[in-house]
Amino acid sequence: MKVLTANRLFDGEAVWLAADHSWAETLPAAHVAHDEADEERLAAHGKLSAARNEVVDVELIDVQLVDGAIVPLRLRERIRAAGPTVRGDLGKQARAVPALAAA
Amino acid sequence: MYRYDEFDRAFVEARVAQFRDQVERRLKGEITEDQFKPLRLQNGVYLQLHAYMLRVAIPYGTLSSRQLRMLAHIARTYDKGYGHFTTRQNIQFHWPALAEIPDALADLASVEMHALQTSGNCIRNISADHFAGAAADEVADPRPYAEILRQWSSAHPEFSFLPRKFKIAFTGAERDRAAIQTYDIGLHLKRNAEGELGFAVWVGGGQGRTPILAKKIRDFLPHEELLSYVTAIVRVYNLEGRRDNKWKARIKIMVHELGAAEFARLVEAEWENLKGGDLSLPQADIDAIEAYFAPPALPDRPEGDAAVRAARLDSRTFSDWLDRNVVTHRHPDYAAVTVSLKAIGETPGDISDAQMDAVADIAERYGFGEIRVSHEQNLVLPHVARADLPAVHDALVAQGLATSNIDLISDIIACPGLDYCSLANARSIPVAQQIALRFSSLERQREIGELKLNISGCINACGHHHVGHIGILGVEKKGGELYQVTLGGAADEHASLGEIVGRGFGPEEIVDAVETIVETYLSLRHDRAERFIDLYRRLGAAPFKEALYGAEARVA
Repeated sequence: MKVLTANRLFDGEAVWLAADHSWAETLPAAHVAHDEADEERLAAHGKLSAARNEVVDVELIDVQLVDGAIVPLRLRERIRAAGPTVRGDLGKQARAVPALAAA
Repeated sequence: MYRYDEFDRAFVEARVAQFRDQVERRLKGEITEDQFKPLRLQNGVYLQLHAYMLRVAIPYGTLSSRQLRMLAHIARTYDKGYGHFTTRQNIQFHWPALAEIPDALADLASVEMHALQTSGNCIRNISADHFAGAAADEVADPRPYAEILRQWSSAHPEFSFLPRKFKIAFTGAERDRAAIQTYDIGLHLKRNAEGELGFAVWVGGGQGRTPILAKKIRDFLPHEELLSYVTAIVRVYNLEGRRDNKWKARIKIMVHELGAAEFARLVEAEWENLKGGDLSLPQADIDAIEAYFAPPALPDRPEGDAAVRAARLDSRTFSDWLDRNVVTHRHPDYAAVTVSLKAIGETPGDISDAQMDAVADIAERYGFGEIRVSHEQNLVLPHVARADLPAVHDALVAQGLATSNIDLISDIIACPGLDYCSLANARSIPVAQQIALRFSSLERQREIGELKLNISGCINACGHHHVGHIGILGVEKKGGELYQVTLGGAADEHASLGEIVGRGFGPEEIVDAVETIVETYLSLRHDRAERFIDLYRRLGAAPFKEALYGAEARVA
C-alpha cells in the first residue's frame, strides 16, 4: 500500500494527495493506493502537480493500515506526518486534531 | 567587530534583491524546481522533512547584540520562535515559508548578515576559535585573517563550483578549540623563532563517511601570503579533485590518495607562480582589517577578585558555574563566559527568541555587546569583567542558560537528526536528551570529568561523532533506529578518530550502553586527573568491549 507525499512549494508544508486530488495537510486524509494501477495514477497526478508548481519532492511511500489508520512504514515518514518527536508543540501533532503519533 | 564597507553592503543587498526575484519567478512557475534548487541552496535555503530550512552564516562565530536581536526577530517573525546553532557556528531556522524568506534575508542584511555560501560546492562560512581575541593562551586573534578569507572567497568566480563543499577553520592558539584538523583547510596562527606571524597549514581533514584527519603540509606560512597559498591549495583541488563520484570529491580524498607530500608538492609548485604577487597582502590592508577587530577597551576592574570570592562563598551554584563555564581571559580582571545551550533534557544548540534577546541584553550590559557561537553549540560572552560575573550568572540563571556542564557528559554535540533533517537515518536529539537526563546530577557529571559525547543522525557526521570521546552514530536498520558507538575520538590539537567498539544498540539500549562505558572508565581510571580520553589511550577498547559485550566479545 502506498500514499503520495510531497512538500508544498510556497511554504514547504508536508502534504499528502487526497482522493479528490487535493493536497491534504494531514496524513489521515491521504488516498491509499492498494494496487499498482492506483499507484501509477497517484504518481502521474503528482508529476502533473509538480509541473504546475504546486509541490516539490513528490514521492510514493509505503504505508500500512493499523486499526484503520494510515501508518507509514518508515520512521522518517511517521515523523513527517506528526512533527519532531522532541517538540510535541510543533508540526501536525500540535493541531487541534492530532494527525498521528510518530513513535 | 567587522563593519560592512559600501561594497559589502551593496553586494549583500543586491543578492537579496536577486533572490527575491528568483523566488517570485519560481512561485509564478517561470522557473522549474530543477532550475531553482541550486539558486535557493546558494542562498542557504534547504528543504527538510517538515518545511524549508534557512541556514544563516555567522562568520567566525562572532555576533553583536544587535545581530543576535535580529536573529530573535527572525525566529519570532518568520519561524516558530527558536533557532538552532550548528557545529559550523551557523544558525538554522527550521520552519520558514519560501515566500517569506526574501523578507527575512532583507532583515538580516540590515544588520550585515546573510545566508550566502552556507550551502553548495563553494567555500563555506569560515570558522574560528570561539575565544578568539579573549583567550589568555592566544598568540594573536585569527579573525582578521578569517575576515580576509571571507572577503576573498565570497562569490569568488574561480571557486564557486568546486568538486565539493570546502570548509576552512582558524585557531590562534596551540590549544585547538576550533577542531582545525577536521577541516578541508585548518590554519593555525603562530609566531616563528623571529617573532613573525604566520600559519601552520593543515589540509585534507574531514568527517562524513570517510573520516580523515588533516595533514600539515607547511609548518610556517608568512601571514602576508595567506591568500596566495590558500588560492594555490584550492586551485590544485579545483583542477585535480574528483568530480565523478560525490563520495570521493572532497579534498581529503585527493590528499589521501596522492599522499600529503605529493599534494604539498603540487601546492608549492602552484604557489611559486603566485607568491609575492597580487595576492600578497599589503601590511596596510591587514592593519585596516585588524582595526575592526581591535578588542574593546577593557578598563581595570580589580574589585573582581573580592566580588567573585564573596559570591563563591555565598552560592554553590555560582561556584560550580565559575569552575565549569568561565575561563581565563588575557586581561586578569576579565573572563570569558560560556552560555550553555545544553540545559538538561533540552535540545542541544536550540535557543528561543526570548533567550536570544536576553543574551543580547546581557552582552550589551556586561560584555561590550559581543557574543560568540562555539562549534560545540554553545554561546560565549568573550569579555566579561570578573566583578560582573555574579550579575551575569544570575541573569543567565533566569533564562535557563546557566547549566554548569561545559565539557561534561551532558554538553553534548548533536545534529538535528531525523526529527528535522531529510538526510538523517535516525534521531539524535532524543538520544542526547535521554543521556543528559540519565546523568542529570551535575555532581555525578563533575565526578566523571571532561567527556565529550557527540551524536550524528547519519554518516554525514554533522554531529561530529567521529571526534567525540564517545561518538554515537544513528543508522537505519530494518526500518528502525540503531546506534553505533565509537570511542577515543578527539577534535583538539591531539585529534584522533574514534573506533567502532562493536555491534550497535537499539534506542532502548543506547543510554545503558553509555552508562556502562562511563562506569567502566570510572572503575579503571588512576584518579580524577586521568580523563576518559587519557584512559582510552592507555587501555584501548578492550575493557569497554568486555563490559559492553562480555562473553560475546570474547568469542569474537
